[in-house]
Amino acid sequence: MRSKHLLSAGDLSAAEITRVLDTAAHLATVTDRAIKKLPTLRGRTVCNLFFEDSTRTRISFELAAKRLSADVINFSAKGSSVSKGESLKDTAITLEAMGVDAIVIRHGASGAPWRLAEWVRAVVVNAGDGTHEHPTQALLDLYTMRQRFPGLEGLRVAIVGDVLHSRVARSNVLALTTMGAEVTLVAPPTLLPARVESWGVAVSYDLDAVLPKQDVVMMLRVQTERQRAGFFPSMREYARLYGLDARRLDAMADHAIVMHPGPMNRGVEIAADVADSLERSVIADQVANGISVRMALLYLLLGGPEVKA
Amino acid sequence: MSKLLLRGGRLVDPASGHDGVADVLLDGGVVAEVGPGLEAAGARRVDCGGLVVCPGFVDLHVHLREPGREDAETIETGSRAAALGGYTAVCPMPNTDPVADNAGVVEMVAARGREVGLVEVFPVGAVTVGRRGAELAELGAMARSAARVDCFSDDGSPIREARLLRLALEYARAFDAVVADHAEDASLTDGAQMHEGEVSAMLGLAGWPAAAEEMVVARDLLLAELTGGRLHLCHVSTGGAVELVRAAKARGVRVTAEAAPHHFTLTDEAVRSYDPVFKVNPPLREKADVEAVRQGLADGTLDAIATDHAPHAREDKEVEWSAAPPGMLGLETALGLAVTELAGGAGPGGGARPGDLPLPLVVERLTAGPARCRRLPGHGGPVAPGAPANLAVFDPAARWTVDRARLASRARNTPFHGRELTGRVVHTLLRGAFTVRDARAQR
Repeated sequence: MRSKHLLSAGDLSAAEITRVLDTAAHLATVTDRAIKKLPTLRGRTVCNLFFEDSTRTRISFELAAKRLSADVINFSAKGSSVSKGESLKDTAITLEAMGVDAIVIRHGASGAPWRLAEWVRAVVVNAGDGTHEHPTQALLDLYTMRQRFPGLEGLRVAIVGDVLHSRVARSNVLALTTMGAEVTLVAPPTLLPARVESWGVAVSYDLDAVLPKQDVVMMLRVQTERQRAGFFPSMREYARLYGLDARRLDAMADHAIVMHPGPMNRGVEIAADVADSLERSVIADQVANGISVRMALLYLLLGGPEVKA
Repeated sequence: MSKLLLRGGRLVDPASGHDGVADVLLDGGVVAEVGPGLEAAGARRVDCGGLVVCPGFVDLHVHLREPGREDAETIETGSRAAALGGYTAVCPMPNTDPVADNAGVVEMVAARGREVGLVEVFPVGAVTVGRRGAELAELGAMARSAARVDCFSDDGSPIREARLLRLALEYARAFDAVVADHAEDASLTDGAQMHEGEVSAMLGLAGWPAAAEEMVVARDLLLAELTGGRLHLCHVSTGGAVELVRAAKARGVRVTAEAAPHHFTLTDEAVRSYDPVFKVNPPLREKADVEAVRQGLADGTLDAIATDHAPHAREDKEVEWSAAPPGMLGLETALGLAVTELAGGAGPGGGARPGDLPLPLVVERLTAGPARCRRLPGHGGPVAPGAPANLAVFDPAARWTVDRARLASRARNTPFHGRELTGRVVHTLLRGAFTVRDARAQR
């Protein structure tokens, strides 16, 4: 890996992404064994530093680290310096003094992992920062796509929903475009970032027009607070225009898959029967793959020996 | 006070149009004589060969943080930073704690400035009580106070209500005072963290669109036209705002405007580091805006360079981007940035590039330009017999590197740390006495 930390999906080259995914595929076999553990990171300490609640991401990182035999500490620091708690810098100094080797950080402020990386010697892994990025989610999404399709180049991926506030969307756009996928963002204009056309993606406001052409349809969680802030008139109208229901599922190509980073708002951006569709939905796979991909990242970033894929 | 003879310097005095080698004789705190080859028995001589002698700089927009945040800056440390930057006059904004919205606070600030004696301090009073934007502060009491306030602003916040700004512009006419507005439509900038554009979209930071500045500038200009009041626009940062001011001036609106050095040097690209030292309000804009601000300074649409010097304590900036307050230091780097970035000091061989301002024009925007926006007796030139000897002497070719550890300011939040600049203040004189000599503060 060229960079010491994993802060942005955009920092990874195509070769590096491929290496992460190949390593994850190899490590996934560990999960199938009766004893799901490798000794690779024995004696290393990984700290999960979560300033926001995210039980699923934290557990995924915790399992990944433990399966590599690392010691794991969970530092839940809800209420950041914004709310006059301990400052991020003091937390960083504390963890540094304790000699942790890697810090997995989830923070409500965009860019917080960049600040942290300036203050510590440990490896920093961005587990989601504000409305910015969530690079490990993108990598596990790419891994999941690669399980279903021969390659990522030319793969047609629609990312649907609140792109403006989505860290999943930003990281996926960066990683997917690096790998040569054809990305289409679908959202109401109010939920698209400024000058999104510069991202090297297609943009549409019309989900029905886009759906039949896609190999992958990734639905983003939409929060009710966005409706309260006036980005769209009502949850009902949002579901009608941008929700994935059974009718729209039928309009998709036969081979196309449905993804969602979770947690889902069933009945809003995704209907229950779509989420639970055994043929189309790979949402449970995403969760399982998250562990393998995070194992691969910790392994590569903490300097484990080369794994034969 | 003894006589002082500044010999052999290039006297650049925009108010009189003078640009050429001339000696300046000072006596008793005032200018006694100006001309070539002056001799004066008993005068101390200061060799100014190769240096520019000009009126002391005037900063229309600083935050000295006293009273309230003396851990970030005081009138004393801010005055020292100003003197080192070549300034002889600064105008501190009223967003202190307590707010400078009454005669007591503005008098205290002015008196403390006199006591320190490194620079003349002309406090700006708040337009509304507590800067809350609800009711007019006692502008008359501040104007008639010992501080003689001639400019009012709620800087840091815009005056949201058009009606209130209208009344302020009208009411201030009674004292021939200026109303200086911080142009920002708050409903468009709620939660905003940086300029809205390609960079904010990528960084996942809520944007502060150029339109939020420009629509308020447009409103303010219309109200200045309606009322005939004197309007000053703080820190103009967008191409659209420059264009609106240009058009308003062309049709005779009584408006003056300033630009900050960071807005003619830095762009929103700097935010990619997520280092809050680059966080400022209005935010760093785009390349085209930087060019427009330079052009505005070149053609006089923008009258003045004003630093918006905004010290912040270290712990307030060593946080996540969204938790940090906006603002950056400016007093000690303004001349270097102006010479380097506007007058081509950093160009190949130090020569001028297309679009650069001639050096005398840069000096104008630091002296006579800002002085014209206000009533600041004795500042901005002309350097003529009888005028108070408020002068700056700088080396336009000296190269130096900004080192935040060596700033006189109590705070350290300069975005220019490590940058090499051309143009450095050598001496500053306030009423004929050195406040800075050989680049060292005298107190």
